Amino acid sequence: MSLEIYLDLFSQPCRSVYIFTKKNNIQFDHKKITLFDGYQYGEEYGKINLLRKLPAIKDGDFCLAESIAIMMYLAEKFHTPDHWYPADLQKRARVNEYLSWQHTAIRTHGSRILWFKLLIPKAMGVEVPKEKLDNAVESFDGSLKLFEEKFLQGKPFIVGDQISLADLVAIVEIMQPVGAGMDVFENRPKLKAWKDRVREEIGAELFDEAHQTILSLQEEVKTMDPKKMEPLRSKILKYFLS
Amino acid sequence: MPLELYLDLHSQPCRSVFLFAKINKIPFEFKSVDLSAGEQYGAEFGKVSIIRKVPVLKDGDFILTESTAILQYLAANHHTPDHWYPADLQKRARVDEFLSWQHSNIRTHGSKVFWFRGVIPAITGAPVPKEKMDAAVEDLNVSLKTFEDKFLQSRPFIIGEKISLADLVAIVEMMQPVGTGLDVFQDRPALNAWRDRVKKEIGVEVFDEAHEVIMNVDTLPQTFENKGLPEFLKLKIQKMFN
Repeated sequence: MSLEIYLDLFSQPCRSVYIFTKKNNIQFDHKKITLFDGYQYGEEYGKINLLRKLPAIKDGDFCLAESIAIMMYLAEKFHTPDHWYPADLQKRARVNEYLSWQHTAIRTHGSRILWFKLLIPKAMGVEVPKEKLDNAVESFDGSLKLFEEKFLQGKPFIVGDQISLADLVAIVEIMQPVGAGMDVFENRPKLKAWKDRVREEIGAELFDEAHQTILSLQEEVKTMDPKKMEPLRSKILKYFLS
Repeated sequence: MPLELYLDLHSQPCRSVFLFAKINKIPFEFKSVDLSAGEQYGAEFGKVSIIRKVPVLKDGDFILTESTAILQYLAANHHTPDHWYPADLQKRARVDEFLSWQHSNIRTHGSKVFWFRGVIPAITGAPVPKEKMDAAVEDLNVSLKTFEDKFLQSRPFIIGEKISLADLVAIVEMMQPVGTGLDVFQDRPALNAWRDRVKKEIGVEVFDEAHEVIMNVDTLPQTFENKGLPEFLKLKIQKMFN
C-alpha cells in the first residue's frame, strides 16, 4: 500500500512535509496540486481532505491533514532520527511549543505579507490599503524578534545542537515573504546564520528545490493571467481584506 | 518544588490546562495572572515568559508556554490514561490534526466573537460595527460546521469512543463566545450532545468551576473601569481587530 502525499510547493506547510520526507528517504507518490486552480475545492479532493487544504496524506486507507500532524506521524512510523522529534520530554516539549506558537505568529504574518505585497495587487489586480501591509510587516518583525529572543537565543537550532521539526517549520514560513521580494535576512545576522545552518543540515540542493516555486513567484506573476485566480478571488479577498 | 501553572481562567488555553491537571489529580500551584489588568506585561511576569501570554508551566527550572505543548508534556510526564493522548499512531495523529487545525479556526473565530461581543464594547464604550460582527459570527459558524462534519462526525468523541486532549481543547474554545451570551450549542443538537458527554467525562463540577469567570463576563466593563486598563493595552486591543 503506497503513501500518497498531496502537495503544492507554493505552500509553506507543503514544503516542510516535502523536505522532511525527501531528507529521510521516505518513499511516496507525489500528487502535485496547483492551489491556484482550485483543485482543493473539488469533489475528488474532498474525499482526501474535507478541510480543503494542503498538505494531506493518504497512507493506505488513512487520510491525514495538517503538516505538523503529518510530520509527527511520519517521524514515528518511519523511525526517523531522534533529533527531528526527540523522545526526551523536555526537548520534545520545546518542539511542540514552537510548533504551536508559530501558527498565529510567523505563519500568519508571513503569509499576509506575500498576499498583500505581491499576489493581491500583482496577480489579482486589486489594491491593498497601505496600512494593511504595514501592519503585517510590523507584526512579522515582532514575531521574528520573539523568534530570536525566545526560541533561538544563542543556540545553533531551536532545541539546541541539532535541527528538529521546529527549525524546519520555521524556515519554510520565514521564506514565504521572501517570495514577495522582502529581504527578511538583511540586518538580521543571527537569523541569517541560523538559516544557513538549517539549509546546510537539510541539504542545499533539497532546500533550493523545495523553494523554487516561491522564489520564482515574482517573475511568474508578471505573466500570470489574472483570470487564473478567478475561482478563488472572492474567498481570498474576503479572507485577507475584510 | 511544586509545579506552578500561571493562569487566568478568562483564557481558553488556561482552562484546558487547568482542567487537565485537576482531572488527573496533578498537584500544582495556581499562579494567578490578571489579564484584564495587563499583568502579563509587567516586569514580574516578564521573568517567567517574554511571550507575555498565559498559560505558562514552571516545573522547577523548566518553563514551558503554549497550552497544547503543556498538555502533551503533562500527559507524558504524569503518565495520564492513554486515551488523553493515545500511543496508537493513527489515534494520536487524529488528536494532533485537531490540535493543529483549531489554532486558526475555532480558536481564532471564537476569540474574535468573544472580543467583539464582550471586550471591545467594554473598552471603547461602543459596539463593534454590524458588518464586522456578522462576518466574525459567520466565520465561527463555518468552523463549527467543519468541526461537526470532519472532526466529530457521528462519533461520541473526536477520536472515537473516548475523550482526548482534542475534545478538551475544543470545548474550552467553544465556551468562549458562550460567555458573552452567544450559545453555540443551541440549534446544534449533535454538538450539544457532544458537549454534554465531554462535560460529564471531565466532571460537571470542575467544568463549571473552570468556566465560572467566563460565564460572568457582563461584569467586564466594571472590571476594566475598576482596574483602569492601561492605555497601551487599549491601543493594542484596538489594533488587533482592525
